[in-house]
Amino acid sequence: MTKKRLFILQIFMSVLCCSLLFVIQAHGTDESDGTLLDLFGPVEVNGFLEFRAGCRTQDDPYEKDISLAEARLQMELFTYTDWVELKYKGDVWADGVTEQGEYDTREAWFFLRPTEVVDIKVGRQVLTWGTGDLVFLNDMFPKDWQSYFIGRDKQYLKAPSDSAKISYFTDLLSLDVVYTPQFDHDRFITGEYISYWNKSGAELAGQNEIILYDAPDRWFQDDELALRLYRDINNYELALYTYLGFWKRPAGQTASGIAIFPKLNVYGASARGNIGPGIGNIELAYYQSVEDKDGVDPLIDNSEMRYLVGYTQDLAKDFNASLQYYIEQLLDYSEYKASSTGESIRDRNRHVITLQLTKLLLNQNLELALSTYYSPSDQDTYLRPHMLYKYSDKTTLETGANIFFGENPQTFFAQFENNTNIYLAVRYSF
Amino acid sequence: MNSKKAIVTIFCGLFAGIICTNSWAEQLSADQIIQKTNHTALYQGIDSKGKVKMVITDKQGRIREREFNMLRKDEGDEDRDQKYYVYFQKPADVRKMVFMVHKHAAMERDDDRWLYMPSLDLVKRIAAGDKRTSFVGSDFLYEDISGRSPAEDTHELIETTERFYVIKNVPRNSAGLEFEYYIAHIDKITFMPIIIEFFKSGDKLSRVIETLNQQDIQAQENGTLVVYPTVTLSVARDIETGSSTEMRFSDIHYNLGLDDKLFTERYLRRPPRHAMR
Repeated sequence: MTKKRLFILQIFMSVLCCSLLFVIQAHGTDESDGTLLDLFGPVEVNGFLEFRAGCRTQDDPYEKDISLAEARLQMELFTYTDWVELKYKGDVWADGVTEQGEYDTREAWFFLRPTEVVDIKVGRQVLTWGTGDLVFLNDMFPKDWQSYFIGRDKQYLKAPSDSAKISYFTDLLSLDVVYTPQFDHDRFITGEYISYWNKSGAELAGQNEIILYDAPDRWFQDDELALRLYRDINNYELALYTYLGFWKRPAGQTASGIAIFPKLNVYGASARGNIGPGIGNIELAYYQSVEDKDGVDPLIDNSEMRYLVGYTQDLAKDFNASLQYYIEQLLDYSEYKASSTGESIRDRNRHVITLQLTKLLLNQNLELALSTYYSPSDQDTYLRPHMLYKYSDKTTLETGANIFFGENPQTFFAQFENNTNIYLAVRYSF
Repeated sequence: MNSKKAIVTIFCGLFAGIICTNSWAEQLSADQIIQKTNHTALYQGIDSKGKVKMVITDKQGRIREREFNMLRKDEGDEDRDQKYYVYFQKPADVRKMVFMVHKHAAMERDDDRWLYMPSLDLVKRIAAGDKRTSFVGSDFLYEDISGRSPAEDTHELIETTERFYVIKNVPRNSAGLEFEYYIAHIDKITFMPIIIEFFKSGDKLSRVIETLNQQDIQAQENGTLVVYPTVTLSVARDIETGSSTEMRFSDIHYNLGLDDKLFTERYLRRPPRHAMR
């Protein structure tokens, strides 16, 4: 399906959803009416209006000076009957970077609790699991790094999935099964908003070279299955994960240079719980690159092991620190080296240390935060200072920056150096 | 025995009983009073549910509101561990967030806390941290909501008035505390703390929590009708910052038979109807 047709379909679905909910609400207020619609509770309507703008602090030959300019309206509708809950959440915004009106359905789902032990949620939904703090190993649900890097609200880091989530609960173990009939890839860096290191051209690129990609999109064939089996032992949370699907951002290319999403299976485990005065977490995952199991195909990324260990603790009143150590280990490294032709050969291990500091002031109405990602192996850094002031219960003011720097433009964070930006936002909630 | 004599005997017995009860009550030790107060304030019934509305007014008169529903369940009947489930409705930035606590009475074990953020579908584990930090930006502290363990302080009955037991409480370990001692005025009949005053060094009053309204809430306990005296309006005043918070409780129910499973990840991610309405 083309992007345009998908967009029209989304608009149509949302209008349908909204009108249904409004009809329900209208009927809900008419007491004499005894229709099916009376079964629904009142419709909760909420949302916000937001203005957000940001700019690059240096010249980027491939992007605009404006990194972000949008007027955004988010609407959320929720209602329920005795047996089902319905939710719609969508955003419309005027985007100064793409110079277009944009629309995105964030959520449109129904939820059922058909038995004592089963929960079902079907539709467009945001999904998250795993123990990492802004680092994801076994969470293979789509991310939107683009939104994160240009300074949109943190909620946009997670892109929605069109999925069915079925959960089964027992005293011994609980199981989540998420089936996505058509592959949902990450909203990855394409060059549209953010310039990047173009591997094939061996140069920085941006709007001059938007990544061409071919994503698997056949319904019920190019599908994804994610499982989580978990239990608590004395409030220590243990989980096993499996994912059968595709690399979420391009991890290969065709001979003609089109970016592709090869098949990927992920198997992992995690544990989280109180240790000393804080919370410790550990997680690992094996990324099996199904189409290049031996690592000999230079056009497809190799399998990887990923490891994470973290600890979070309150250092003082309303002051929290969270430290994590993360490793991506390339498997079949000698095959990778042998088959790589370009000069940009990566290290076997990519190490990343993350540190998040959060301080609340002025009766918790002012939040100062600093997220740091530093890779000693890539010698690059991503800093994300952020300040949020709750002017009132309805109005918040926000400012922050996304700062990238490093030794070598081929490494993950350093490639975005020219995208270093600052931003401001004001939001009115209703 | 003739009937007259019988009546006299019964009367005497009753009198003796009343006198006994009274003198027994007079003799309650400070520790016993605090135990009973702790029970009244936090442990009535095996579980409870209520709506809470907070109005925070700062020194400049600016107003902020918080609204949430709260479920609570006790583990056993020894006034020890508890589970709390808090579903936020206001303000907008926390709407539909869920805060869950498994409170552990043992001093050496930290509480387990979780926060669910619906816009990210994120279950966040929160470090137990300092219990004497503000609860949702109000003038109530975490410890005011979930209770300060009686074992953390020494208690001294300093005065008995017509209505109150007045008890001075001094922390056994004062490290990291913003107060030196606190004085509680406890209702002699209901064992409800009516005024709690926190003092800093030099007997300087720093914070006051006052119960302005109580209500008797009926409930079933083991098949019989009982009444639990319950706070429906209390105010916390921070003398130093000039800020104050009014906390109103409504729609209070006890002994609903809440399932233990409500306090697990399943319901954190998708709240039960109990909690949302």
